[in-house]
Amino acid sequence: MFRTLTALALLAPLAVHAASKVHELTLDNGLKVVVKEDRRAPVVTSQVWYRIGSSYEYGGLTGVSHVLEHMMFKGTAKHPPGEFSRIVAENGGDDNAFTGRDYTAYYQNLAKDRLAVAFELEADRMRNLALPPAEFDKELAVVQEERRLRTDDDPQALTYERFNAVAYAASPYRNPVIGWEGDLAELKVEDLRNWYRLWYAPNNATLVVVGDVDAPAVFDLARKHFGTLKAEQVSAAKRRPEPPQPGEQRIRVKAPAKEPYLIMGYKATALGQPDTEEWEPYALEMLASILDGGSSTRLSRELVRGAQVAAEAGASYSAFTRLPGMLVMDGTPAKGHDIGDLERALQAQIQRLKDEPVGEAELERIRTQLIANKVYELDSVYAQAMQIGTLEATGLGWPLLDEYVDRLSAITPAQVQAVARKYLIDDNLTVAVLDPQPLAGDTATHAAKAGAVPHVR
Amino acid sequence: MSVSLRRSLSVAALALGLTLTGPAAAIPEIQTWETANGAKVLFVEAPDLPMLDLRVVFDAGSARDAGHSGLAAMTANMLTQGAGDWDADAIAERMESVGASLEASALRDMAFVASRSLTRGPALETALATFTKVLSEPRFADPDLERLRQNTLTGLRQEEQDPGTVAQKALYREIYGDHPYAGTPNGTPEGVIALTRDDLAAFHRQYYVASNAVVAMVGAITRAQAEAIANRVTAGLPIGERAAAPPEVPALAAAKAERIDFTSSQTHILIGQPGMRRGDPDYFPLYVGNHVLGGNGLVSLLMEEVREKRGLSYSVYSYFLPMRADGPFLMGLQTKNDQADQARDVLLATLRAFIDAGPSEKELTAAKKNITGGFPLRIAGNAKLVQYLAVIGFYGLPLDYLDRFTDRVEAVTAEQIRDAFARRLHPDRLAVVNVGARPGTVAKQGD
Repeated sequence: MFRTLTALALLAPLAVHAASKVHELTLDNGLKVVVKEDRRAPVVTSQVWYRIGSSYEYGGLTGVSHVLEHMMFKGTAKHPPGEFSRIVAENGGDDNAFTGRDYTAYYQNLAKDRLAVAFELEADRMRNLALPPAEFDKELAVVQEERRLRTDDDPQALTYERFNAVAYAASPYRNPVIGWEGDLAELKVEDLRNWYRLWYAPNNATLVVVGDVDAPAVFDLARKHFGTLKAEQVSAAKRRPEPPQPGEQRIRVKAPAKEPYLIMGYKATALGQPDTEEWEPYALEMLASILDGGSSTRLSRELVRGAQVAAEAGASYSAFTRLPGMLVMDGTPAKGHDIGDLERALQAQIQRLKDEPVGEAELERIRTQLIANKVYELDSVYAQAMQIGTLEATGLGWPLLDEYVDRLSAITPAQVQAVARKYLIDDNLTVAVLDPQPLAGDTATHAAKAGAVPHVR
Repeated sequence: MSVSLRRSLSVAALALGLTLTGPAAAIPEIQTWETANGAKVLFVEAPDLPMLDLRVVFDAGSARDAGHSGLAAMTANMLTQGAGDWDADAIAERMESVGASLEASALRDMAFVASRSLTRGPALETALATFTKVLSEPRFADPDLERLRQNTLTGLRQEEQDPGTVAQKALYREIYGDHPYAGTPNGTPEGVIALTRDDLAAFHRQYYVASNAVVAMVGAITRAQAEAIANRVTAGLPIGERAAAPPEVPALAAAKAERIDFTSSQTHILIGQPGMRRGDPDYFPLYVGNHVLGGNGLVSLLMEEVREKRGLSYSVYSYFLPMRADGPFLMGLQTKNDQADQARDVLLATLRAFIDAGPSEKELTAAKKNITGGFPLRIAGNAKLVQYLAVIGFYGLPLDYLDRFTDRVEAVTAEQIRDAFARRLHPDRLAVVNVGARPGTVAKQGD
């Protein structure tokens, strides 16, 4: 129930459509309600987005936002543990939640006439969560299993976690969303109670509704259910700015695995950051698409198919984050090549972006895909609500929906080259390598042949 | 509780100007016909968005590998690597230059080629021209085969480092033995190493034929346009023959247990047996019953017993995967190694109790409300709908399958579920797979 690469959903372009009708209302208690009418099917998605996530956490408390997300299903005075999901299910809906670096969000997908079910439950747990200690003990164990499943036993995920921890010195993006194992073990229900009181309030949330609804009726319903909730004193989170990186950073991650894996990240910027021209994050988005915006772009064409140095290779970046992130490339070497070959090939791609302006045809292909994707995204009310919620939670605001594609399309080859030269420099680079260790059943000769150190059993 | 809920519902209905008669889901009208050379077509006109989802499926999944493990998947994967005058770069460039997507892959039963494109401007024309070539004139060039072979082998090694995938493969082997469903679509390393260009070409000749194809379309085109598109994309396919039905799946004769030592902090436990096929007479009792047992996300008996009461696993589930022959019934969880036996016992005890007692009336009613109330969500969106069309066409389900779905769910009784589970599931003849470390044998990270 959490996503680490929160912004990937936004790498694909945002929906702007002449037909899009977005309505906004802020209640007296500060709850912002954003409604987008979409009448293609008799369904609705309701999402409550809180501006709280792992990037708000500090030492010793990592993972608290995500554990609290789990506990939001464990009842209030009015609704016993588990009742939320049972009620949604009996109304034909599905529900779940996710925690990212910049937000925690709760959603219900329902037939359009059941929206009030979602509002009643979400309003109740916005201010009245019970947090019973016995439920906390069990749910913490569940989260610890989730961590083992998603990170500890997944060598690539483990490499990514350690990569972030090394790349960022001060920025809270260094911490995993699910939390460090030791912090989870020491977490107390009181920590959650404090965290809940600090951040779960109407003035720190956005309610997003997309579907076959009328905005005025949704606003009335929101007033009825959420209008009486009390606002909270919410102080702005510290930004914890990342100091300049004094030089390239490298880490080797040893874990039981069969194939090596490489991650390279350059510290970059994001929309709304000081010392950043407004076009720079858009230029970085286009740069990432030049590398990995489909099977016709450079990493697939030149590294996977052309030079055949990579079995797979990718690049990602998001302009839409609360704090500056990275342009990240990753990959697995193809047969006959090693991690060094792959890294050199990726470095050469970066160098080329600095040396040569990208071709107009390449840029045009990406613009065309951006515009097509705007149409495709209208096929899902859930995806549309996700975009609105993400923009709200990162403080950028949903009106960017209607500007995003134009801003991207305006980026020139010179601007792509400029951000490559400014941000993709060695001193901004962190490299992580997964060094495969033997798995149970591997023979000693096999391990020796791979040049690996035997894992401690 | 339920009283306050009902009250708020009626208020909502008033506020939204709706009635409480429930969602009158507009079931889309499915049109069907055959192309000039005999491929079955299913089409839903969806004029709201200027786009077309096109999905052509063939009875050409890994069940057709016939001793060449990985052949079906390699054939499907190679389609986009070169066709007619175009190499992989040209195909990718043609589709992406008009904002279209193209994907080809193989599962156990079916292989599919799918595309999404805009219907305006030159986009549709370029996408269809490319799609047509990919379907009927793949090159299967040796250098491309060699590259995909090596990358597939890399992918197979990555699967070996994932305990969940290792467990899933082992369970299918245990359930299916010599049956073609035993293998995994991506194949074995030995099989993939042995594949030749001739194998792929012969497989394509035999199975990528009109009689073995279903064309599914959802989009902003008219019936006349849809007919022309279906004829066009299949025109290069020979009429050929429909693939024979896969062999019957024998029931397990005895309980089976496989334990695989793995360097992991968790043990993955998977339990299964042959389940049911598409169009199975017991489909609805088994489907609704499983919804109660472990099919419904956060609300199921397994979720309650394993996660909510005991905190043993993050994810726990059960499902029937209906296929042309009996697909599997499968249940699974993951838990830290020293809890593996306890978790397995809870899983089995919950299954036995459900087979013995069936669902309570309350549980059955709740499951039906979830399935029928959520029906509009299942078919909302062209992406979901085109997959339903492909499944309906491929498995020969009745065209009114979607129209009758909720009525047939409503008609299921607790007794029917008890009866069907008792006849179809055999708790004494299950395959049980454990993949993990014996407690105390794996050092923690950092030690």
